[in-house]
Amino acid sequence: MTIDFALSPDQEAVEELFTRFFAIESPPAVVRAAEPLGFSAPLWEKAIELGAPGMGLPAEVGGGGATLAELAIVAESIGRAVAPAPLVDHIVAARVLAEPAADVVDGSTIASLALQPADDSGLWSSVPAGAVAGLVVGVEGSDLIAVRSTPPGDGPRNHGSVPLADRSCAAGHREVIGDSTRWSVAFAEWKILTAASMVGVATRALELGVAYAKERHQFGRPIGSFQAVQHGFADLVGLVDGSRLLVHKAAWACDRRQPDPSAAGAALGEVDDNEVIEERPTEVEQYRQDVRRIISETFGPTDLDQMHASGSAKADRLYKALGERGLIR
Amino acid sequence: MEKAPAPSPALALALIVAGIVNRVGTDVQRERIIPALVSGGSFACLGYSEPDAGSDLASITTRAVRDGDHWVINGAKMWTTLAHEADWVLLLTRTDPDVPKHKGLTTFILPLDTPGITVKPVHTMSTERTNATFYDDVRVSDEWRLGAENGGWGVLTVGLAFERGVVGDTSHGVPLLRQFREWAEATGAIAEPLVRERMARAAIDNEVAKLLAQRSAWIAASGGLPGVEGSVSKLFAAPAFQKAAHWFQQAAGPAGLRAFHEAGAAADGWIDHASRSAPVLTIRGGTTEINRNNVAERGLGFPKAR
Repeated sequence: MTIDFALSPDQEAVEELFTRFFAIESPPAVVRAAEPLGFSAPLWEKAIELGAPGMGLPAEVGGGGATLAELAIVAESIGRAVAPAPLVDHIVAARVLAEPAADVVDGSTIASLALQPADDSGLWSSVPAGAVAGLVVGVEGSDLIAVRSTPPGDGPRNHGSVPLADRSCAAGHREVIGDSTRWSVAFAEWKILTAASMVGVATRALELGVAYAKERHQFGRPIGSFQAVQHGFADLVGLVDGSRLLVHKAAWACDRRQPDPSAAGAALGEVDDNEVIEERPTEVEQYRQDVRRIISETFGPTDLDQMHASGSAKADRLYKALGERGLIR
Repeated sequence: MEKAPAPSPALALALIVAGIVNRVGTDVQRERIIPALVSGGSFACLGYSEPDAGSDLASITTRAVRDGDHWVINGAKMWTTLAHEADWVLLLTRTDPDVPKHKGLTTFILPLDTPGITVKPVHTMSTERTNATFYDDVRVSDEWRLGAENGGWGVLTVGLAFERGVVGDTSHGVPLLRQFREWAEATGAIAEPLVRERMARAAIDNEVAKLLAQRSAWIAASGGLPGVEGSVSKLFAAPAFQKAAHWFQQAAGPAGLRAFHEAGAAADGWIDHASRSAPVLTIRGGTTEINRNNVAERGLGFPKAR
């Protein structure tokens, strides 16, 4: 078993590119100017020039072939800049389509997905990017359908200044593209990438807070020199780091075609408890089980007291047995 | 009769000490100590804290004085958990009182049957027995010195990184959730949405605690020292376990108050045991406050607050 928490060289390149891109193209002035709708058409154009809308699609359809783990890094950089560009929604919706049209691959038509099934009147409520999406993918009954229609360009003003809108699943050009199984994969991807963008928001917020606490003075000292201030920040590090690790584990699991809905839901903090409670063994638990099994194979049924009494001959045998199986070096 | 200590703290301590000896020990120390510890063939305990030195560990006063190729040790240690079962004690001593407090410390790894060592029990609310240990004219050869003379603080840094991040206090949540779940299924409480939600939150916390600990282990395995990351692991995992233990006890009602093997005890007493062993988790191995200082100063770059 090996475990590696470092980003790969490819992932590092993606991180550097997109963090720089959004830092330059989506400074606070751009974010403010896009309110209250929460969509910047010029920023979207620049994302198109970069090839970002299609990067999660296979190379055969003209996409960038990025893995979900790489897309999570893109999503985090979006969050860092709270960029008014619905890349996460678009990327996930485009990945559901078996044969995405050229305008979806290049991003000249924005795609999104309805998070809840259509209601009795055929309405998808609060579709992310619904104000600007020309293609919406969602569930109606037991079908997964894609609907092309003209976006309203506006939506209800909301707490997050995001371009959500209610959309009809009946009006426009409809196409059945699959069933709810495909939907659940898309929904898991959306949760992972949305969680990744929130990790970016939290990371940047922590950085800004720490920087401010070092520069703001009270009582003749930076407020960051007071323990009461420091400890509030210190507690956030584990929450932010832990969230990032969970997001990357979930993305990694999906990339390996082993969707781990528990990690995906957990990453967003909105979980289906049925899924989470069914814990599956991780590699480390597997390792522990292997060690326990080898101990019992090597010594027969035993316990620690017996091992304690019998001394180092057993220890040598155990060491050898573990080494032969590659479990220790 | 006091319930025997569960094997997991003993193994964790053994792995911590084995990790330290592996990093800073001599070849002779490695050969003699590590195999027995790793296999569970012998145990070790930590002689760090003293009655007047815990969070301010560098101010310990247990004294080791050189006498030719031997040392003579005098002093007292607190919270030497497992000293009554262990074969080895990792002892932090002061060897030079005339330099700044962090620079005059030396660590030893001593056989606990060395003449002059006395072990006295200290009983705790978790039913875990810990100890006070006393060292009266304990005379040991220099071969039991671990790391450089007056290099004890560096040895300690290695040990605390392992203790907090790699094997310390990060895995209790998994068995607790399993035990509570068995109780909840047996009683039908698992059908309650609130119970399920709390179990799900505990499962998420367990997953995060595991990932943070794995990250620390990965850093250690890659040759680094997870000083800040170890503190982050403990800062997350210890309060998370306390939260779960408290909530599961509340959810279990009076059955969650009954002790091991009592009729009607939730999860055969494990719920009660968890909530009584939870408080110490944010104290031992570096308190939550000390770990926050560490993350704030070394992780986030804030000025020293003390």
